[in-house]
Amino acid sequence: MKPAPFSYVAVESLDRALAVKAEHGDDARFLAGGQSLVPAMNFRLAQPAVVVDINPLAELDFVRAAGAGGLRIGALTRGRTLERDPLVADRQPLVHEAMPHVAHPQIRNRGTLGGNLAHADPASELPALMLALDARLRATSARGERWIEAREFFRGVLTTALRADELLAEVELPALPPRAGTCFMEVARRRGDYAMLGVAAVIALGEDGRCTDARLAYCNAGETPVSAAKAAQALVGGRLGDAEIRDAAAAAQREIDPPGNVHATAAFQRHLAAVLTERTLRTALARAKAGR
Amino acid sequence: MSSEHEITTTVNGTRFTRSVESRLLLSDFIRHELGLTGTHVGCEHGVCGACTILYDGLPARSCLMFAAQAHGHEITTVEGLAPERGRLHPLQAAFRAAHGLQCGYCTAGILMTMTAFLAEHPSPSEGEVREALSGNLCRCTGYQHIVDAVLAAAARLRAESPA
Repeated sequence: MKPAPFSYVAVESLDRALAVKAEHGDDARFLAGGQSLVPAMNFRLAQPAVVVDINPLAELDFVRAAGAGGLRIGALTRGRTLERDPLVADRQPLVHEAMPHVAHPQIRNRGTLGGNLAHADPASELPALMLALDARLRATSARGERWIEAREFFRGVLTTALRADELLAEVELPALPPRAGTCFMEVARRRGDYAMLGVAAVIALGEDGRCTDARLAYCNAGETPVSAAKAAQALVGGRLGDAEIRDAAAAAQREIDPPGNVHATAAFQRHLAAVLTERTLRTALARAKAGR
Repeated sequence: MSSEHEITTTVNGTRFTRSVESRLLLSDFIRHELGLTGTHVGCEHGVCGACTILYDGLPARSCLMFAAQAHGHEITTVEGLAPERGRLHPLQAAFRAAHGLQCGYCTAGILMTMTAFLAEHPSPSEGEVREALSGNLCRCTGYQHIVDAVLAAAARLRAESPA
């Protein structure tokens, strides 16, 4: 298994990267961590004529505070950094909690946030986190730049809203609401495998203890990461107890439509959705009450 | 932009300059161009971990990188572990003592993964060792003797360099 021949360029500037992409369009692929692109090239499922190696672009590798509680993360930020960065752990504990589930340490040492999201594998954890966290993604090209909401970004299996000349440059994660709690859980056969199903939950409480915000997002539950927006919305405004959480889990189970796959039937995925939704909501609620 | 590149890379402390094709995988460069056949090639799509090397000190799958990406970077392979000829690295010695290998195909990749792991986790629990091993497949041992070897090596390394 060897890649088909291609031209390779390690770019020394973002402008150069965008110029090459503008010239070659879909025939060129950006190489970031390479943990999805290179296997596809080894299998010859991907045969780009030009590979634009963006690893030299250190300016795309950053984690920065943005406003009160927000984060901006460069596309070339490695999984290892997302897992360990104290600012990420403090401001987006959901990301910190989910990262150990993303493949293996060797993969996280190379794989990048931007590469993962641009690959848009619906089984991957990070796209679901972007939905749950209302992320915005900055696409840049020789023509200019634009911000894309996470819910608009993922269009289908391995398909995004990025145009042929665009690079995903950075991700903005807005601050969590006050008194928010988050939780990520998944079930996989072995550590590091893709989840049979995974759930990201966000709960926020008002000063009176009523729910002010609730979000549920799932990985490996469809052709894109999917939300259970109606089930989550039904929690807003109420006081949350065991009954409300069980109702939300049942509603989320009905709302999503997992297709099933070789590792888990659709019925089993639906079962996991109910169990994991209940557990993540319960944990997120406890964390919101505890102020973390 | 071309399909042939001159690269200079440091492998196990020695600098090499070679001309490589764009599509040459780092794993094949290490084995075929440099003759360092201790790095094994298993699945060639990043699943088995047999080809794990250290890239700038961190474990990575060499089958998921191109040789051209090694330009200006440091690579360590299993040949770089032993301190000198005839002496094994403590982890290698522990694998021999604990029967941590049978056919040996996966061993080089596991040694590279676990040396980096032990450097960061000098006192791991058995569970942590098993989790760290999750990215390396072994079809012979059932992993138990590998886990035993890693825990024994951790104890030995702690004794050698007390904190």
